[in-house]
Amino acid sequence: MHFRWPARRATSRPEHYLAPARQRDGPTKISVSRVSHRYENGVEALRQVDLEIHPGQLVCLLGPSGCGKSTLLYAIGGLARPTEGEIILDGAPVHKPGPERLLMFQEAALFPWLTARQNVTFALRSKGLSRKAARATADRFLAEVKLQGFEDSLPHQLSGGMRMRVSLARALAMDPEVLLMDEPFAPLDAQTRSEMHQLLQAIWSATHKTVIFVTHDVREALLLGDRIVVMSGRPGRIAQDLEVRLPRPRDPEDERWVQLARHVQTLLRSESPHEPPKGNASEAGIGPTPPDHLGGGG
Amino acid sequence: MGLLLLIIWEVAARFGPWPELLFPGPGAVAKSLFEISIDGRLLTGTGRSLSRLLKGYALSVAVGIPLGLVTARVSFFAKAVKPWILGLQALPSICWLPLALLWFGLSEAAILFVVVMGSLLAVAIAAEDGVKAIQPQLLSAAATLGIRGPRFYLGVLVPAAFPGIVTGLKLGWSFAWRALMAGELLFVSGGLGQLLTFGRDLLDVPLVMAVMVAIVAIGILTDRVVFRGLEMRVRRRWGLAHSR
Repeated sequence: MHFRWPARRATSRPEHYLAPARQRDGPTKISVSRVSHRYENGVEALRQVDLEIHPGQLVCLLGPSGCGKSTLLYAIGGLARPTEGEIILDGAPVHKPGPERLLMFQEAALFPWLTARQNVTFALRSKGLSRKAARATADRFLAEVKLQGFEDSLPHQLSGGMRMRVSLARALAMDPEVLLMDEPFAPLDAQTRSEMHQLLQAIWSATHKTVIFVTHDVREALLLGDRIVVMSGRPGRIAQDLEVRLPRPRDPEDERWVQLARHVQTLLRSESPHEPPKGNASEAGIGPTPPDHLGGGG
Repeated sequence: MGLLLLIIWEVAARFGPWPELLFPGPGAVAKSLFEISIDGRLLTGTGRSLSRLLKGYALSVAVGIPLGLVTARVSFFAKAVKPWILGLQALPSICWLPLALLWFGLSEAAILFVVVMGSLLAVAIAAEDGVKAIQPQLLSAAATLGIRGPRFYLGVLVPAAFPGIVTGLKLGWSFAWRALMAGELLFVSGGLGQLLTFGRDLLDVPLVMAVMVAIVAIGILTDRVVFRGLEMRVRRRWGLAHSR
């Protein structure tokens, strides 16, 4: 890990709760080595990214929009193939989506013609569950995200927050080993978002799945993450790899937490390079857009 | 408004400079329509035409939808087959008739061929557009959820493309109807087209117009009853039109 601690006059307190991530012994769950990605339009989204993620970690990928964090997530999910480098999951290279990894998108991505319950059971049935078992599992997880009574509603009859909860229930019901989340709570209102944060923390504490959570929100990262990987953009690289040592459940009203948030914010600011002039060709397509070429697979 | 037009038509037919033989008023047309309804010619003609239409249309849909899906999903088909589909679509369906007559002779098969060629490509193109219009997010979701194979095609691709497919079904139906009428007019066959030719041969203009009215009525009726209903249901279910 090429970590450099910024020489800055930050108060000593935040550093107490935020330390460079240590090299850990034991197996790695996901190993990203020398991954670079260049889009077809020539934009370099990732350059030589190395990252080791251990089983049961909740890692937040934090960075400004367009820093390649979503691209990295899609690559780990097998939905995008990086132009260079390798991603290893449990010892085997990743080339395509697999049942042990599940990606949650910025939108709920529900099948609009299926009800909330059917959205979950349809996914479960493709895993080979019986009709009955799928239904029972679906209802259990829909209850877990507090959607009792809405099982038979169609997605367009639900609010944005409820749709996202269906999506979360669907993801959790599939019981993947690794949950990849691409700013899934960004479009929600503050109230719902905070409910979802609590739910995710509760579920993670109970199951200890490996979670990679992409966000551009420092507060969200500090609320959720064991470890915060700060990325800088153009091209995307890992700038900081930090371990968060705040006890859970974390309270955003907590003084320590507020200071920490401020601290990371300044870190982040020092990492973001100068914006290129507006209208620059490199501006186009840099965002965390999902790759279009997925369609070809089948 | 409609009534006013009918009155103007009647007045023009009675007092206009045209011979009433060639330009009958709505009264005469209605009378003729009534006559052919009573003596059963309208019913047998319609039955004959509709059964042909249904056969040809069913074939078009059965081939056209899978063709559209495959063209949208498989790059080989997109490159090799799509130009043919687009090119042949530019051909008016009746242009297939000479070929059909040479290949199949004066038979049912020939007219079915014309109907199928008239509507198949429209169905395929609409199905392909339906697939192209699917949000990429849905396909990514299916991929990450591990939905593959026939489950993916039947459970995700077809329903996701369904709004486009319904447009294709509608378009295909009206194209098939037109192709059938053109085909029936051009060779003796029974059916509404033949009834039209029959009217012309006897210089029975009210009969010609009565059959035209019947053809229009059938077209509007199927569009309103079958396709409007289907479209509304799909739009509601898919959340494209808000129901509540």
